[in-house]
Amino acid sequence: MALLFDLKDLRFAYSGRAPVLNGTSLTLAPGERLALIGANGAGKSTLLRLLVGLHHPQGGTITAFGRERREEADFHEVRCKAGYMFQDPDDQLFCPTVLEDIAFGPLNLGASKAEAVAIAEEILSNLHLSHLRDAITYKLSGGEKRLVALASVLAMKPEVLLLDEPTNDLDEANEARLLEILLGLPQAMIVISHNAGFRDQLATRRLHLKDGILKEA
Amino acid sequence: MGHLAGSERATLNTATAESRLLQRLDPRTRVICVLVFAVCVVALSSPLALAVALAVPATLMLVQGLPIGKTLRRMAAMDGFIIFMLVLLPFTTAGPAAFTLFGFDASTTGIWKAVEIGLTANAIILMVLVLVGTLEPGQLGHALARLRAPETLVHLMLFTVRYISVLQEEYTRLRAAMKMRGFTPKNTLHTYRSFGYLVGMLLVRAVDRSERILDAMKCRGFDGRLYLLDDLRYSKADFTFALVFSGALVVLIGLEVFSGSAV
Repeated sequence: MALLFDLKDLRFAYSGRAPVLNGTSLTLAPGERLALIGANGAGKSTLLRLLVGLHHPQGGTITAFGRERREEADFHEVRCKAGYMFQDPDDQLFCPTVLEDIAFGPLNLGASKAEAVAIAEEILSNLHLSHLRDAITYKLSGGEKRLVALASVLAMKPEVLLLDEPTNDLDEANEARLLEILLGLPQAMIVISHNAGFRDQLATRRLHLKDGILKEA
Repeated sequence: MGHLAGSERATLNTATAESRLLQRLDPRTRVICVLVFAVCVVALSSPLALAVALAVPATLMLVQGLPIGKTLRRMAAMDGFIIFMLVLLPFTTAGPAAFTLFGFDASTTGIWKAVEIGLTANAIILMVLVLVGTLEPGQLGHALARLRAPETLVHLMLFTVRYISVLQEEYTRLRAAMKMRGFTPKNTLHTYRSFGYLVGMLLVRAVDRSERILDAMKCRGFDGRLYLLDDLRYSKADFTFALVFSGALVVLIGLEVFSGSAV
C-alpha cells in the first residue's frame, strides 16, 4: 500500500539557532503506530509541525498522501487528512461549548450544520463523552479537555493521527482510557511521548531522534 | 470582563432560573431591547421619568429572582467610574447656590444634573446586567454575530471569553511561584521590576499561545471563517416581551413629556 508520509532528508533550523533537523527521513505506512523518542528540544514537535506545513523545511522533500507538498496551499489538504492533537488542549479547544468545538473541523470541511452536529454527536458517543455535549470548554477538567481535543481531531475523519504528548496531565484511569481508545482506532499514528509505558503498549515501531537524525530504536 | 475569570459562575443566573421568562427569550431580543432602552433613557431628562426608568430593570431583576446583592454590587462597580464626576458636578456648574462647602457653592442646577446622569447611567447598566448579564458569554457572541455586528469584534469577544480564564490561571501560577520563593510586594524597585517581568511574561505567553491556537485551528481546516452552529429563532415569548417592553418605553416617554411641561 502507498505510504502516507514519506519525508526525505529534511533540514530545518529556527532562525539564528543550530539546526534541529539535519537530514531527517521518515516513512509512515497505513496502520503503523510510530513512536518518536528523543530528548527535550530534540525536534520531535518541530518534525510534526513540518508534516502539516506549520513550518517549512529549508531542505528535503515532504510527500504526503501520494503527492509532494511544498506550498501553504498544498498543506491545507494534508491538514484535513492528518489530525494533529496539540500538546496543550487549551490551544485546541477554543469554542465556547464542546459540541461547537468538535463541529468546527467538519464545518470547515464543508459539512452542513446538521451533518456537523451528527458527526460530533457520533464521535462523542463513540468516546463515551456524550454527557459533555453542551459543557463549556474552559470548565472541563484536564482529562476531559484531552479527550475532547481528541474527539475534535477525530471528527475530521483523518487518515493519520499526530499526537504530541497525549498523556500529559492525564491520571492513570484517563491514560488507560486514552490508550484503549487509540488502540481501537484504525488510523496510522505518530506519537510523541515521554511516557515509556504508554509508548510501549501503543507503538508498533519506535524511532529515536538525536542530533537531527532519526534512527530505529 | 474580569468577572469572567472568577471561579464563581460568570453570569448572574441562578440554577433555578432556567424556566423563567428571560431564559425563553432569544438572546437577540435581549440585546436589541437593551439598545433601544439605552437610546430612550439617554434622551430622558426629567428626574421622575428617569427614576421610573431605573425601576424598570429593577422590577425585572426582582421578577426574575436574580441575586440582588450581587447584581447591585456590579452596578456599583460602574458607579465607581463616575462618582467623582457626579460629586464635582454641583460645584462646577453655574446656577443658584443650594449650599456651600468649604467656601465652594454647590448649584441647584448642578445637583439636578448629577442626579440625572447618575439615574441614566444606573438605569442603563442595570438593564444591561439584567438582560445581557444573564446570558452565557458565548450566547452573547452568537447573538451579536446574528445581529451583523462586525465579525472581527465578535471573534475578539468569543476568544477573550474563552481565554481569559487561561490567562488568569497563568497569572495565578506565576504569582504563586513568586510567593513560594518568598516574594512579598513592597514599595521597592525590586517589587516593581518583578511585577514588570510578570506582566511581560504574561504578554509573551499570550502571544505564543495565540499563535499556537491559530496553528491548531489551521490544522482543522480553518480558512478565516467561523461557522456558528445554533439557529436562533424568535418565539412567541419574544413578541410578548417586546410588546410589554415597548409599552414601558412609551410610559417613560409619556412621563418625560408630561413632567417636562409641568416643571
